[in-house]
Amino acid sequence: MTRYLLKRVGYMVITLFIIASVSFFLMKMLPGSPLSAENKLSEEQQAIVLEKYGLNDPVPVQYVKYMAGLVQGDLGTSYQFDSTPVTKIISDRIGPSAILGAQSLIFGLIFGILLGLVAAIFHNGFLDFTSTIVAVLGTSIPSFVFAGLLQYGLAVQLGWFPVALWDGGFEYTVLPTIALMIFPMATAARFTRTEMLEVLGSDFITTARAKGVSGAGVVFKHGLRNALIPLVTIIGPMAVGLMTGTLVIEQIFAIPGIGEQFVKSIMVNDYPTIMGTTIFYSVLFVAIILVIDLLYGIIDPRIRVTGGDK
Amino acid sequence: MDKNNLPKDLFVPLEQKEDTSEKISRPSRTFWQDARRTFFKNIPAMLALILLLAIIVMSIIGPGMNEYGYDDQDLSRAKMPARVPGLENISWSGFTGTFTREFEGDTVEDASNKAIQRYDNQEDFIDITVVSEGDGSNNSATIEATYHPYEAKQMEETYFWFGTDGLGRDQWTRVWKGTRVSLIIAFLAAAIDLLIGVAYGGISGYYGGRVDDFMQRIIEILIGIPNLVVILLMIIVLQPGILSITIALTITGWTGMARMVRGEVLKLKNQEFVLAARTLGSPNRKIIAKHLMPNISGIIIINTMFTIPTAIFFEAFLSFIGLGLVPPEASLGTLINTGFDSLRLYPYLLIFPAILISVIMIAFNILGDGLRDAFDPKMHK
Repeated sequence: MTRYLLKRVGYMVITLFIIASVSFFLMKMLPGSPLSAENKLSEEQQAIVLEKYGLNDPVPVQYVKYMAGLVQGDLGTSYQFDSTPVTKIISDRIGPSAILGAQSLIFGLIFGILLGLVAAIFHNGFLDFTSTIVAVLGTSIPSFVFAGLLQYGLAVQLGWFPVALWDGGFEYTVLPTIALMIFPMATAARFTRTEMLEVLGSDFITTARAKGVSGAGVVFKHGLRNALIPLVTIIGPMAVGLMTGTLVIEQIFAIPGIGEQFVKSIMVNDYPTIMGTTIFYSVLFVAIILVIDLLYGIIDPRIRVTGGDK
Repeated sequence: MDKNNLPKDLFVPLEQKEDTSEKISRPSRTFWQDARRTFFKNIPAMLALILLLAIIVMSIIGPGMNEYGYDDQDLSRAKMPARVPGLENISWSGFTGTFTREFEGDTVEDASNKAIQRYDNQEDFIDITVVSEGDGSNNSATIEATYHPYEAKQMEETYFWFGTDGLGRDQWTRVWKGTRVSLIIAFLAAAIDLLIGVAYGGISGYYGGRVDDFMQRIIEILIGIPNLVVILLMIIVLQPGILSITIALTITGWTGMARMVRGEVLKLKNQEFVLAARTLGSPNRKIIAKHLMPNISGIIIINTMFTIPTAIFFEAFLSFIGLGLVPPEASLGTLINTGFDSLRLYPYLLIFPAILISVIMIAFNILGDGLRDAFDPKMHK
């Protein structure tokens, strides 16, 4: 187990190192600097600005400095917001993104599991059919299209919710959460249905029924418990999908989160912020996958993690 | 009668006929025939296939179906609503060539003035019906105004089937042109994923040992990188265009395919029929081409089928956050993005591309499910 953990963490570090290095050199290849918008500066002023951002050093020196900063948790200084460290930009904006992400993941999972459960219990019935359609629509329709329809229908036409506003209240999170949770919900529904059907068809369920366990007891105690274990594996990709989703959903609903800032930074060539956010996303992504994998081994004792490769 | 002492004459020997136990009563079907049969019986998948073929045909001939080019700008005909001959008189069809909206004001007159102002001051071409008279208090009166821009601009004989955008470009032409671009990117990305993935996974799985170890380490590192990050970084570096978007999509996209192909090859290469072929002296390339490829082609097709909607999604996603194609080029993503800008006043600019991209994604997913059912032997009854 320890060896496995070490190996995984090792890969994590290599992956992150490659991402950081590649994004650093890609950003160096690109045109544009903190000066590009301010041609009116005199040469001395330009020199001062370049000095401030450490851009006078040769690229390898900048690289070593940047990487050294990274190890200490310093992501550099934003070009766009004068003298603001990138870490501060991220920490200022992480709140709304985290709320949205957590809400959509939790609600998506709950509704998805319910939907899949209903579909499996009434296999081949009307409810199964409906749930399958919902799942296909949910996995197919892009979240921003769905967000647009919600915004137009429920906010613009009916006026039930604010169109695009954020001040932390729950009603402001409803539409974005719905738009974001559709995909996890549909995925969870599909997955739960398949797993549940398989579990309900297995021998120990027949045994339980033969012993006289009630219908609900079989479904919840014996069936659902076993069906939900593999669900843990898809939470990782789901969380990653949500990160992608927040980029557009935050734009549409004007939510001051990390995704919105990231897109803005790309538009104005704020390279330190782009790099910082990229690395932040990567760390989050890699950490989630690792935690999920470890969790899976703990929850399901059948999966023995060994040091071997095969 | 004593069960243990049955008289011998009760037993009749079973006459031995020609051996029938091993005979196969129905004509044998190959794997492909079987898959095809299952697939053609799958009604949703067939509908999806027909729909997709229709959309592909439309993306080829659609832009040429009227006289407007996808980048013909003409501000005099900007923001015309959708109007289709035949459907224009059916009020709920959405193709009437009119704008209808409710306006509120303190009095009916006040509300009407707002409507007239909103609609280019073309008072003669606005029908007004009073919804509620109001009592003079703030925004108590409501009217419903219907504006006929085609008549107002003396274009009674003109029909923009999906309307025009803010620069007067024909939306029908742009939507189909955009569909074409989105599909090209998706197919191209899927084809590249397929080539690299199958080659990489095949070599890695077939040769095994140190080659496999090395190749798998590379994949393990690549797979750790979120594809969102890679795609965004690549798009920032390369200038947006069909080719650069495709490259960005494929740069890590092939790893899934490679892993799957490797797994299958590992499973297959130690089976008896491969051993037999090897014993008979078949060269490697023949074993790969004749014995391994046919056996994994099913999952390759399925996987490719699911790559295509993912590529369409990411292309639209990039365009949506402003990193996609540059106008006047159009893709479904850029059209949806522009549609969002004027969602309140001109929802038709968003609705047509949004419906189209949803239909394409749904159809590809259903088709992929159908193919999976057809090619997965476990599903066969």
